[in-house]
Amino acid sequence: MMKIDFSGLDPSMLVKGNAEGLDDEILAAPSFKLPVTVDFDGFQKAAVQMVKPAKGTTTLAFIFKDGVMVAADSRASMGGYISSQSVKKIIEINPYMLGTMAGGAADCQFWHRNLGIKCRLHELANKRRISVAGASKLLANILYSYRGMGLSVGTMIAGWDEKGPGLYYVDSEGGRLKGTRFSVGSGSPYAYGVLDSGYRFDLSVEEAAELARRAIYHATFRDGASGGVASVYHVGPSGWKKLSGDDVGELHYSYYPVEPTTVEQEMADVPIA
Amino acid sequence: MPKQQANWSPYDNNGGTCVAIAGADYCVIAADTRMSTGYSILTRDYSKIIQLADKSVMASSGFQADVRALQKVLAARHLIYQHQHNKQMSCPAMAQLLSNTLYFKRFFPYYAFNVLGGLDSEGKGCVFTYDAVGSYERVGYSAQGSGATLITPFLDNQLKSPSPLLLPAKDAVTPLSEIEAIDLVKTCFASATERDIYTGDKVEMLVLNANGIRREVMELRKD
Repeated sequence: MMKIDFSGLDPSMLVKGNAEGLDDEILAAPSFKLPVTVDFDGFQKAAVQMVKPAKGTTTLAFIFKDGVMVAADSRASMGGYISSQSVKKIIEINPYMLGTMAGGAADCQFWHRNLGIKCRLHELANKRRISVAGASKLLANILYSYRGMGLSVGTMIAGWDEKGPGLYYVDSEGGRLKGTRFSVGSGSPYAYGVLDSGYRFDLSVEEAAELARRAIYHATFRDGASGGVASVYHVGPSGWKKLSGDDVGELHYSYYPVEPTTVEQEMADVPIA
Repeated sequence: MPKQQANWSPYDNNGGTCVAIAGADYCVIAADTRMSTGYSILTRDYSKIIQLADKSVMASSGFQADVRALQKVLAARHLIYQHQHNKQMSCPAMAQLLSNTLYFKRFFPYYAFNVLGGLDSEGKGCVFTYDAVGSYERVGYSAQGSGATLITPFLDNQLKSPSPLLLPAKDAVTPLSEIEAIDLVKTCFASATERDIYTGDKVEMLVLNANGIRREVMELRKD
């Protein structure tokens, strides 16, 4: 039986047929150009030294009785230089799923955007939303296929699907872990300290938000690569909602207000002779 | 004979500084015009700025050969967009296109540090700042290039705008008027020229507002 020839429907073929002289490269589906070198690894190391992509962070997420709480700082560093204090590290994949950014900023932004596209295509093809397990698996499989090429992604996919709240940790080594509490980034040891000691499954939404905020604050206090604004998001049955965005410098003084000491008061009272 | 390693690099740094500031209804994009290699000056009159669409202007410092290639790719993609959609690309759309274009060379990056400025669909100024592999965010102002570490703290002090991540949300664009913003940009470049060897000669400024686009050039120290 003769196979049906679908080549006429292939979008790239359509264009090629019509326009001679149009650069195929520009119109073809984009793919990654690789450097022509025998030492790919050495080249990537040298390139990373030179371009110094933005990274460094603290992010955390945990499941509790009312859903998933997701929080992150907003600092990006290039080597020792703070390249930005207002990076969006909690990425809105779709109205009911969030991803966090840790590691290379461009890697996380790009692959989360790509994941959002794939999730939308899944919805259109299957007439139902993708599950958190499915979305995290899509991302993990992509990252695994680029394993060893120098991508730096440490992300958490948090969402609410038919099974309830879902939280997965996915990284650029190809790892994918299901869990109830995660913190990722250079400030994560500090955040874990606060998070683990204050965590209970039956926290209320306000208590959970305050726990998340404190954990990020303490991480920014001790880790030089974390800082800026502590953002807290809540994922519930009707989707995610941003609960707060507070400058950590101001949080410090609201948690530890400066008391005027008696010495200062005495000095203020001394009259000029 | 010991194995000889290749010591040719496909990259070079031509120096230079770019700055962009977004206002309520305007955007200023500026870059110096010096192109260097090592300790030599190749030319004093090289434009690092390109107008990609009627409301999007990009300034890039770094390796100018990569910058030129990037500009050509973006201009070509914009032309195709105009043919397919019968309209100009908006600045936020161009911002995402630039991000994707940079990321597609993730494993052989464009050594280009870009700042994209323009007006969004509401006519408000917008500035997008990038790293070399495509991570980007919309900000109220940005500096990139060899003088960025000198200029950014000064702009933080003069223009520090509330972070767009704060809740309740606050506006990130500067309340300064267009004339004040241009003066600020001139001050930035005059100061950066004093302390950065790769910045100087002239500063080229493009101002986008509702009336269109305007170009201004100011002389800087040539030493």
